[in-house]
Amino acid sequence: MKRTIPFLIASVAGFVLIIAYFVPFAEGWGESVSIWFDVLAAIAFILGGGNLLKNHLQKVSARKPGWAYSAITVAAFALTLFAGLAKLGATPNPQYPASSAWSGAYRETGTVFWWIYEYAFVPLTATIFALLAFYVASAAFRAFRARNTEAALLLGTAFIILLGRTFAGVYLTSWLPDSLYGLRIENLSVDIMRVFVTAGNRAIMIGIALGTAAVSLKILLGVDRSYLGSGDE
Amino acid sequence: MQRSTMLWTLVMVVAAAFLIGRTLQGEGGRGSAYVRVVPRAVDEDHPEGRWQGVERVDPAEYWRAQAADPAQTAVRWSPANTVGIWLAALFTLAVLSFLAGDNPVYKVAESILVGVSAAYWMVVGFWEVLVPNLLGKLMPGVIQAWALPGLEAEPDLSYLVPLTLGVLLLWRLAPRGAWIGRWPMAFIIGVFCGLRLVTYIHADFLSQIRNSIVPLVVMNERGFAFWDSVRNVLTVFGMLACLVYFFFSIEHRGAVGKCARAGIWVLMITFGAAFGYTVMGRIALLAIRLEFLFDDWLWLIDPNNRRVVDGATALLQSAGIL
Repeated sequence: MKRTIPFLIASVAGFVLIIAYFVPFAEGWGESVSIWFDVLAAIAFILGGGNLLKNHLQKVSARKPGWAYSAITVAAFALTLFAGLAKLGATPNPQYPASSAWSGAYRETGTVFWWIYEYAFVPLTATIFALLAFYVASAAFRAFRARNTEAALLLGTAFIILLGRTFAGVYLTSWLPDSLYGLRIENLSVDIMRVFVTAGNRAIMIGIALGTAAVSLKILLGVDRSYLGSGDE
Repeated sequence: MQRSTMLWTLVMVVAAAFLIGRTLQGEGGRGSAYVRVVPRAVDEDHPEGRWQGVERVDPAEYWRAQAADPAQTAVRWSPANTVGIWLAALFTLAVLSFLAGDNPVYKVAESILVGVSAAYWMVVGFWEVLVPNLLGKLMPGVIQAWALPGLEAEPDLSYLVPLTLGVLLLWRLAPRGAWIGRWPMAFIIGVFCGLRLVTYIHADFLSQIRNSIVPLVVMNERGFAFWDSVRNVLTVFGMLACLVYFFFSIEHRGAVGKCARAGIWVLMITFGAAFGYTVMGRIALLAIRLEFLFDDWLWLIDPNNRRVVDGATALLQSAGIL
């Protein structure tokens, strides 16, 4: 019951969609099930939010170390959720001016949710990603110290690609004669992208496709049931 | 007090003194945001609009409007957006403080981000997916009257299936019977496998092979195209070498080993290019954040001429009238 029914659900759902792809009258099934899939994914966000709330509230109530940060997380979560679900500050949809403010866009400029997105979410995420600029530089330094062919190829390519997109890079090799036009750094970076990166990416994509097909078949045929957990839960 | 703590305290004090000094300098306005009032739902009965919205404008536009008519209110200072700019600047500095090591300021910013982003995606999922694609299908009349006035649909009871599976999914939060949450999870995994198996084979596997079948000897109107031929040969053999490296059913020795090694080199070049682009992307993001700090917040730079005004307005500004 705990493992057989989920396996049957996964197997039937998967095979029905595969067969539907080859049957003309069932072609639309994939589209409908994709919408169901989106609905479940949206409900999974609620599950994630609920889980976050549960864990952080437990941490706050037990006064575990760092509980104050959990309290901040819960407060930020509650405020954003309320502002977004209640559409605070929204105005009615201009196409239907007689309707209520609930018909307005929740991300409209001037709403509280927009304000939180613009002045908290965007700067925080953008700056955290920007921090990686410093850490990738130190990673590059460590890789360079490895002093082998692979590291040299990786960093050499990165260097050419970076320089090829800057004015300094173009200027550095602009003295090369027309007979060596292809060795100018901007052309070199284009050729690297066209030849080697295309070859590498094609092989990676073929590998991913084969891997996805193999894992999918293993799951649908019941060879791999790891997604069902241990069975004790 | 530790040396690093002292150093950072000193940096903070200097930064605070600089900010206070800039604010008291007399020019004022730093970090301020201005908005223009925009009429919404304009019709014959409501030429001024049924209600009014706002949109951000450059400070120069506000100064020009004030110079033309000091009593105007169509373009005005926005307290909400001004507070927003200051908050965004403080968040940016809080995250950047991680470069000096983990600290409480960074942790506060991180905690806020966790809470805000979890709620953000929940709200997006609710309004973009659940309302139109679940509630709108099950009870279109109610949803049309409430939130989607343009919705025209008949009830579709097949959507009771995702609703039921969704309720079962949320059961995982219950103290008992969490195993029932495996049913919707199995559905998600099964659907994902079914859809992806076909699409990956069709879109990635076959199309990549199709694109790789190219002439190794390229001829054009001028005859043999040497460099195009070299490019095609390198692309095809580079891809095959990578695939040999991915093939683990035979030992990588002798000719196979040499081919696999060439495949590693091609992959390293691919990763190097990806690395270069990642570095560029992150540096661009950092530049955008620094531009925000120095342009929007501190008004130290003005790359887009957002605070450039004509001579008369500048004169009024310098006289303290604006």
